[in-house]
Amino acid sequence: MDDLRGEAISKVFPGGARALEQVSFRARAGQVLTLLGPSGCGKSTLLRIVAGLEEATSGRLFLGERPFDGVPTGQRDVGFVFQNYALYPHLSVEDNLSLGLRARGRPRAETAARVRRTAELLGIGALLQRRPGQLSGGQQQRVALGRALVREPRLYLLDEPLSNLDALLRESMRSELKLLFRRLNATVLYVTHDQAEAMSLSDEVLLLDDGRVRQCAPPQELYARPADLFVATFVGSPRMNTWLGECAEGGLQLRGLRLDVPAGPTRRPRLWVGLRPEDVEVRPTPFEGAREALVELAEPLGDRVLLTLRVGGESLRALTPPGARSERLWARLPPERLHWFDGQSGARLDPRPTQAV
Amino acid sequence: MRRVGLALATALLAAWSLAPVAWQLLTAVKPDAQITRTPTVYLPDPPTSRHVTALLARKPMAVYLANSLAVSAVATTLAVGVAALAAAALSRSAAASRDRALLGLLLLALFPPILLLFPLYEGVRALGWVNHLPGLALPYAALNLPLAVWILESGFRQIPRELDEAARLDGLGWLARLARVQAPLAAPSLVTAAILVFIFCWNEFMLALTFMTRDSHKTVTAGIASIGGASIYEIPWGQLSAAVLLATAPLVLLVLVFERRIAGGLTRGAVKG
Amino acid sequence: MSSRTSRLLLLAPAALLVTVVVGLPVLRVLQLSLMRADLDGGISLAWGGLDAYARLWGDARYWTCLRNTAVFTGASVALETALGVAFALVLHQRFHGRGALRALVLLPWALPTAVMALAWAWIFNDSFGVANDLLRRLGVLERPVAWLGEPATAMAVLVLADVWKTTPFVALVVLAGLQGIPEGVLEAARVDGLTAWQRLRHVTLPLLTPALLVAVVFRAIQAYGAFDLVYVITGGGPGGSTETVSLYAFQHYFRYLDFAYGSAVAVQGVLLALLPLALLLRWARRREAR
Repeated sequence: MDDLRGEAISKVFPGGARALEQVSFRARAGQVLTLLGPSGCGKSTLLRIVAGLEEATSGRLFLGERPFDGVPTGQRDVGFVFQNYALYPHLSVEDNLSLGLRARGRPRAETAARVRRTAELLGIGALLQRRPGQLSGGQQQRVALGRALVREPRLYLLDEPLSNLDALLRESMRSELKLLFRRLNATVLYVTHDQAEAMSLSDEVLLLDDGRVRQCAPPQELYARPADLFVATFVGSPRMNTWLGECAEGGLQLRGLRLDVPAGPTRRPRLWVGLRPEDVEVRPTPFEGAREALVELAEPLGDRVLLTLRVGGESLRALTPPGARSERLWARLPPERLHWFDGQSGARLDPRPTQAV
Repeated sequence: MRRVGLALATALLAAWSLAPVAWQLLTAVKPDAQITRTPTVYLPDPPTSRHVTALLARKPMAVYLANSLAVSAVATTLAVGVAALAAAALSRSAAASRDRALLGLLLLALFPPILLLFPLYEGVRALGWVNHLPGLALPYAALNLPLAVWILESGFRQIPRELDEAARLDGLGWLARLARVQAPLAAPSLVTAAILVFIFCWNEFMLALTFMTRDSHKTVTAGIASIGGASIYEIPWGQLSAAVLLATAPLVLLVLVFERRIAGGLTRGAVKG
Repeated sequence: MSSRTSRLLLLAPAALLVTVVVGLPVLRVLQLSLMRADLDGGISLAWGGLDAYARLWGDARYWTCLRNTAVFTGASVALETALGVAFALVLHQRFHGRGALRALVLLPWALPTAVMALAWAWIFNDSFGVANDLLRRLGVLERPVAWLGEPATAMAVLVLADVWKTTPFVALVVLAGLQGIPEGVLEAARVDGLTAWQRLRHVTLPLLTPALLVAVVFRAIQAYGAFDLVYVITGGGPGGSTETVSLYAFQHYFRYLDFAYGSAVAVQGVLLALLPLALLLRWARRREAR
């Protein structure tokens, strides 16, 4: 198996709309690469270019060392799962699964065996004679998946495959997909706008916004070291607190609040600073480094409570364990948990880049 | 009050639509003496089948009907087949060029046939197709092509794009996709287009009158119109009514069975414009 | 094969068929209309320039045909539209047997015009026609009328036959338009206290305008080309009072064998039909823009 590489792929639609700009990526063999981003960011376009359903305006695709973009759509040997499933409504489940194999002229016996095996793998063996219209959403989803699996393609492309399922089903299918991918040792390109899905399924995430790559990294790194302000606020739920302030005398001045700025390239005239709600320390009584915080809103989430606090003149959201609540609390913003970004470009600034270990 | 009005309106509508045909039915089974009596005798007493027998002896009605069926069937198959290919292409084209093509077709369909009649006659004669089936079937297919394309294109366009893409990824070529995915899914519009084209072919008169001069090749419209012959006063009205019934019966059946499809196809073609 | 190539390939048969059967004949009829047909033993065609069109100018029979065609078209389309709206309003109601009634209403449209023309000729037969008998029983007529023997009544019979045949088309198009009006709009009008007539006048009909316009344009063009009914029922008579442009051109082609002049009649007739149509469409577009 080979890696799939994209080099500087751009796509301009007739009419001038730019969908992708100089996007490069590598989907490693046997791994799941998720294309994540808000709607309209170009992630589906990129997937469709890989499938051969769209042509890139410029840029190249390689499978291993061989160019992939010249291969006709039907011969790319990719399994594609559409968001709306796109099952052939006039064919039985069995025929839906087998059409691709029959079109490739595979022997009848082999086709039947593969269809049976795939159906069993996905737990749809009993549905083979039904039409898509007679299936539930979850069952249709499995058939759509089966149609991709049955051909044992060298590449799996999934376009928001879980977005049409209800929340409960989505979560169980997510786990099932992860197991399946691991079991098949499949190379997967997975498009989603749901970060939880991206986090749980991916070996690597390619975060796109407005047709550009914002960051490409394993999920944990995306969360821990977002490359810029956009990534920082897009990944993580509830979203990261961010404030913009002016630097003066080694500190960042916010409204009624002053934060120490660490040494290094972090020294800029204007800075964004961010802190995830789960990183805020909140206690009912004063403690070392804490500031007084007024509770403006408390949203119970079950396992935790999302508090909207007022610290100085700034608003701060914090995740805290459920418990007795009062109007007045104490909150600390741990300096080692702060994320720093350039006030102009929003690029991540690392406080101690040169400190060798 | 409202119900009475509605009942009256529906009765009037039914009477309006049926009366002229019903009168042919009554005349066709009425003895001659009663046909030509004044004041008019409305109900035949007793009904007779003499007109039908006389008509069949005098005119090759079965041949006319068979010719109409053959010409219409060939033309319909050709028109719907060619239109399906074109509609498949148009339904996947950019909106602007698709609309231009559809509008162009519509304009072509609106040319009064008299404009084309003589050049077509020249062509048919040059090819030796006077009194031959293709002489009518080919023009019929072309003249009904725009209608068929309009109906099929809107049928094809309703097929989700992803289905076609899924089939591409499954490795099906364009012909296989057309045959195995698009055509089965667009089957309702294929049926609708076929019925409408068939009706138009069956009913066509001007070309049939001009291109088919031998009784053995006349279609039913041209054949029956010649029954009257030269003198309108010697027309055997009973036989004529019987002929009208025979020529219209297949269409009455078509309408009663496929009313929904015909209505849908007509308005889809028209309302979209 | 690129998708563009395959699309062109799919379109090729249709383009070929339309070019051969419509495109080339249109060019040929234009060419013919610029020729002169000489009947000297056989028929020979020579370049005639605009002679044929000049001849049209002074041809009283041609102008009569144009007038007949315009009268036929105007009367037919007006009546069809009014009746079609009425039919559609009835069919739009909810009642038992609506499907069956719709099939019945559609029936006249599907029957062959040329064949039903014979039926109409029989119904309006001067001696034994049922029309005379019915009207006398109802007290409308005192003595039988020779319907097809008088210019005005002959034209009226043609119009009636055409209205009978094509009202279903208008009714169906209008019905589709009616079904496209959101229920909420009419309910709002009822809440606002509009009477049934006011709702029809101020809500339903304005919303139907696009559908009506389509129906009217289609029908006008078809009525303008009328041939079958005239050929079978009156043959253009009495005294040329019902002769249409199509029939006149046909006579020149196959009776007088003057292909050039027949072509000129057909071409100019079509051009003259396009003029009011273009005006109508322009008016509609303006209205839309407002």
